[in-house]
Amino acid sequence: MAETRRIRLTVNGRPVEAEVEPRRHLGDFLRQTLGLTGTHLGCEHGVCGACTVIVDGVPARSCLMLAVQADGAQVTSVEGLAKPDGTLHPIQAAFHAHHGLQCGFCTPGMLTTLAAFLAEQPDAGETDIREAISGNICRCTGYENIVDAALAAGKAMRGGS
Amino acid sequence: MKPAPFAYHDPRTLDDLLGLAGRLENAKLLAGGQSLVSMLNMRFVIPDHVIDLNRVAGLSGIADTGNAIEIGAMTRQRALERDPVIAAKAPVMQEALRHVGHLQTRSRGTIGGSLCHLDPSAELCAVARLYDATLHVAGARGKRDIAMADWSLGFMTPALEPDEVLTGITLPVWREPHGHAFVELARRHGDFAIAGVGCLVALDGKDTIARAAISIVGIATAPVRLTEAETALTGQPANAATFKAAAVHATKLDCLADAHVSAAYRARLAGVLTERALAIAAARAQGAAHG
Amino acid sequence: MSVRYFGGAVPRLEDPELITGRGRYLDDIRLPAMAEAAFVRSVHAHARIGSIDTAAAKALPGVIAVLTAQDLGVAGKPTPQFAPAPLILQNRTQHVLASDAVHFVGEPIVIVVADTRAIAEDAAALVEIDYDLLPVAADLASALDADAPRAHEGAPDNRLATVRAKFGDADAVFARAPHVFRERILQHRGGCHAMEGRGVIGMEDALSGQLMIWSATQAPYMVRRMFAMFMGWDESRVRVAAPQVGGGFGPKAVVYAEEFAVPLAAMHVGRPVKWTEDRREHFLSTTQQRDQIWDMEVAADKDGRMLAVRGRCLHDNGAYAPYGLILAVSTLGPFPGPYALEALDITLEALFSNKVPTTPVRGAGRPNAAFVLERLADSVARNLKLDRGEVRRRSYVRAEQMPYATGMKGRDGNPIVYDSGDYRACLDTALKNYGEDFRSRQAKARSEGRHLGMGIASYVEDTGLPPFEGVSVKVEANGKVQLVTGAAGQGQGHRTAFAQIVADILSVPIESISYVSADTGRFPLGIGTIGSRVGVLAGSSAHLAATRVREKAIKVAAEMLEASEADLTLEDGRVKVAGTDKSVALKDIAARLDGMAGMPMPKGNEPGLSATAYHEARSTTFANGSNVCEVEVDVATGAVKIIRYVVAHDCGKLINPLIVDGQIRGGVVHGIGNALYEHMRFDEAAQPITTNYGEYLLPIATEMPRIEVTHLETLSPNNPIGVKGAGEGGTIPATACVISAIEDALAPFGVTVNEYPLSPERIIELIDQATRS
Repeated sequence: MAETRRIRLTVNGRPVEAEVEPRRHLGDFLRQTLGLTGTHLGCEHGVCGACTVIVDGVPARSCLMLAVQADGAQVTSVEGLAKPDGTLHPIQAAFHAHHGLQCGFCTPGMLTTLAAFLAEQPDAGETDIREAISGNICRCTGYENIVDAALAAGKAMRGGS
Repeated sequence: MKPAPFAYHDPRTLDDLLGLAGRLENAKLLAGGQSLVSMLNMRFVIPDHVIDLNRVAGLSGIADTGNAIEIGAMTRQRALERDPVIAAKAPVMQEALRHVGHLQTRSRGTIGGSLCHLDPSAELCAVARLYDATLHVAGARGKRDIAMADWSLGFMTPALEPDEVLTGITLPVWREPHGHAFVELARRHGDFAIAGVGCLVALDGKDTIARAAISIVGIATAPVRLTEAETALTGQPANAATFKAAAVHATKLDCLADAHVSAAYRARLAGVLTERALAIAAARAQGAAHG
Repeated sequence: MSVRYFGGAVPRLEDPELITGRGRYLDDIRLPAMAEAAFVRSVHAHARIGSIDTAAAKALPGVIAVLTAQDLGVAGKPTPQFAPAPLILQNRTQHVLASDAVHFVGEPIVIVVADTRAIAEDAAALVEIDYDLLPVAADLASALDADAPRAHEGAPDNRLATVRAKFGDADAVFARAPHVFRERILQHRGGCHAMEGRGVIGMEDALSGQLMIWSATQAPYMVRRMFAMFMGWDESRVRVAAPQVGGGFGPKAVVYAEEFAVPLAAMHVGRPVKWTEDRREHFLSTTQQRDQIWDMEVAADKDGRMLAVRGRCLHDNGAYAPYGLILAVSTLGPFPGPYALEALDITLEALFSNKVPTTPVRGAGRPNAAFVLERLADSVARNLKLDRGEVRRRSYVRAEQMPYATGMKGRDGNPIVYDSGDYRACLDTALKNYGEDFRSRQAKARSEGRHLGMGIASYVEDTGLPPFEGVSVKVEANGKVQLVTGAAGQGQGHRTAFAQIVADILSVPIESISYVSADTGRFPLGIGTIGSRVGVLAGSSAHLAATRVREKAIKVAAEMLEASEADLTLEDGRVKVAGTDKSVALKDIAARLDGMAGMPMPKGNEPGLSATAYHEARSTTFANGSNVCEVEVDVATGAVKIIRYVVAHDCGKLINPLIVDGQIRGGVVHGIGNALYEHMRFDEAAQPITTNYGEYLLPIATEMPRIEVTHLETLSPNNPIGVKGAGEGGTIPATACVISAIEDALAPFGVTVNEYPLSPERIIELIDQATRS
């Protein structure tokens, strides 16, 4: 039953067209079909958040979406957060400055979640930020530096120094 | 953990959807996917067909009809969280939604999916029960309405025929000034509620309870309305002793036991949370009454 | 030499790749013609294997091979013992693929190789296995009973080993002690749950004939050693490399059946084969830690000074001992902790069960020992109505007693000697930073019906486990510096830390230092990243290697500049003659030493501006710390909120405070997870019942406190950079600290807590039990 579907979508600003098996989830589509291995699979049952990408502006678990469901969508993965000229997204720069990552495995999901969240709520405080990343598990950092990075990025995104 | 193979269908109209639902054997309906795709990945379910609801026209939306709010089954939880009509007329739903999964799951999760999945801990089911919502269902043989009270046939089993689809839900709102509360105990933020209580309280001019609704989730296979307590509360002064007495009804409920939590603890929690929810709702009602 | 980087909060060199999604983890590696594998794993905890029917699986389109132990030629051949030890009574190690019998749910039996992982899983579902069920050893408390089910059929009993830690005359001390208290302490199973699971790629290199293995391992050199040993090959025939690894925490240092099966399958099918562990497999087949039952006694004098500890621990080692007795020994080794005990006598019975094996997980038995010691210290305080901090102060080893021989002996038979540390100062620092007003706040809260509690816990940690972790440093002719090490990282910031050390010594910018690690083909010898050792050992090796390079550069520069070495300085990558503008760049010295046909080397110098160093640790160096935390317990629901968490930590000099603080915070949160959430549960048939993240709870951001960290620096005298290990110091006391706080909060009810994790329901149960009795 290797039926496939043709899908057309935009990934990190670029149009993409591919034939996919319906059972392939969006995370595997990005990783295997497109070779964008920045998005990671930590659990494949929708809890750890490492697979988070931005779909039509909102953060979603790519392991819980079938690739065929992304037909016509705009998807941004961690590889698409920085500008084409390489300028880092404020959240990426903040993670670096505040030591918000150690092994880096959960990091792509953290970055996409926070990029989407802070775009909507750049002035979010610590409690709201912790709630925003409650769907992202990190085993290395204890979360504190991630929160600090998010606070700093929010400030930068608001236009503060 | 990859799903077993299946055939995929993405109908565009309700008629096409119903045609597929009526025709295909061993099919699963895909709404938000936050429960189903997880189960597909883990091979807990192995359907031959997956029927995707996401491109069917006309299944989502939020409309204020005066006495009620009409919500399409495919309305995303994220949309409900941000909707001004819900904020104004059923704020308890937004308070409950804060406990529903996480940011990412609410992006895709739908109210219809939650109602049809009927997890014993589902907060949206508690809210639907709190309002005595009416669920609208469509099938090959036509449309029908089912009261939320009659929706659950048992553990995670809604009263849907195999060829039927939930299309929407009507939430009759409380027109009088009232207070609301949703409290739950979960191990961590966003976890399934071990127990949760949704509550609406209206007061008369003298701070006596004119009307109360209490919906408890997590303790049985479907949300439970604490009707005995609701009756007993009417006419009582809105104070701590009253709430405590009402909460006793909750502790007498027959609760679920599973490998992780005992029935006795759930019953105890139901009592504690009912008391707390009533206090918050009553305080908010006082705020609403006095402007 | 100016110190610009060492000790500085330098943002990590690792980050730019990782924050842009360009990290290369095992599952990211794609090779031409690579196939993917899935395993058929046992669904029973103990059974004989009858028939294995692979016909339907093989027939599925896209399947390349379906292989049993017989097919791979490994039936009946157990994998080698990683850590042989004379105390081992029954040396049981896992087979590459089970063929006669299975001993835990999740044990691999068949490997399926296919075009994609999805097809491999489809085929795996079609394999039919006939099992003959056997009695299951699932209960630790009764595992030593004469009629207990044997975890291995035909075994005389369930004993792996009996390990004893003893010094002084415990019986005599207990006999004369004015106070003796008993406690039964339970420590439940938990997993490591690195966010990246395990993974292996095997590939036969057609050109060199070498077998290439990539593995998400903490110990590539051990994988090589064990694989070569198993196959009877020269080690040079196998090359093992760890790519970017997404967290390790201990279990990735074990060498697993899959690390044999996948490369063997690759050789069998003649194509590269990749297997990535999914989360369910992690729950079933990656090693875990604990299930321990401790029956303990503590003897104290009339002032509450702890005199001696004795007792017995039943320790669930799981179905096999792939890691020898390391966990058992690591559990007893930390005694007596910071306490100046006169005597100790603890027997640990390491027992087999039909569950996945237990091996060190972050802290490696030390959190277990710390938990026991801290509960006993609290017991003394509680029973004698003394302040818990005061009991510690009276019982601790004092700074002036350093170096202090504890009475224990190490694995090498030598006495354990704490080299440095001021435990009282550390505790006092933590308490001072926490503040003096807790008891009055607690009293006020109690009068309002709220229950606050304060917990304290301390520990001593042996770090920098011998023998070595080497580093080579080479200056290239283009001025860049190549740092190559056998050390394997899983996020600890090794690259940055070592570059900081080398950059200072060679006076070059940190960005000019490239880094290669964890590859047996690039660096000859290594051990593994365990026991908070790499910062100490490889850091010291980096220091030594860079120093030798510096000395060589100056020696050669002296000849090139016709100056005396005493007049030379190294600044900004150039060797300069003081007081003149004569200088030569390091890169030019390097070019000179790289050699040119016809030109002799400068006399007395070996080629290459490079050096390799293996700092050798002859013994461990001891870090220590004290934690204080505050919780609020909702006694109506049992919910616990952590309000504040304070750490005072002494790991000697800090190479990079950002990195050390990060390790501590992450470790503390791991310990909080163990205290409140993580419970790996099995039923009476040893079936795992928590096998996903809905059932097994990890700590998430919403419930975690900010963690306030203060550093004390007592330099280690045992290595040239004065550092001590830091990777596990956060975790070791954290569980004990939180439990201590919960007990303090529930003191009005007379609750004693000697277990974890504590669910809200369990807390209600404890309150009900205590109020009833």
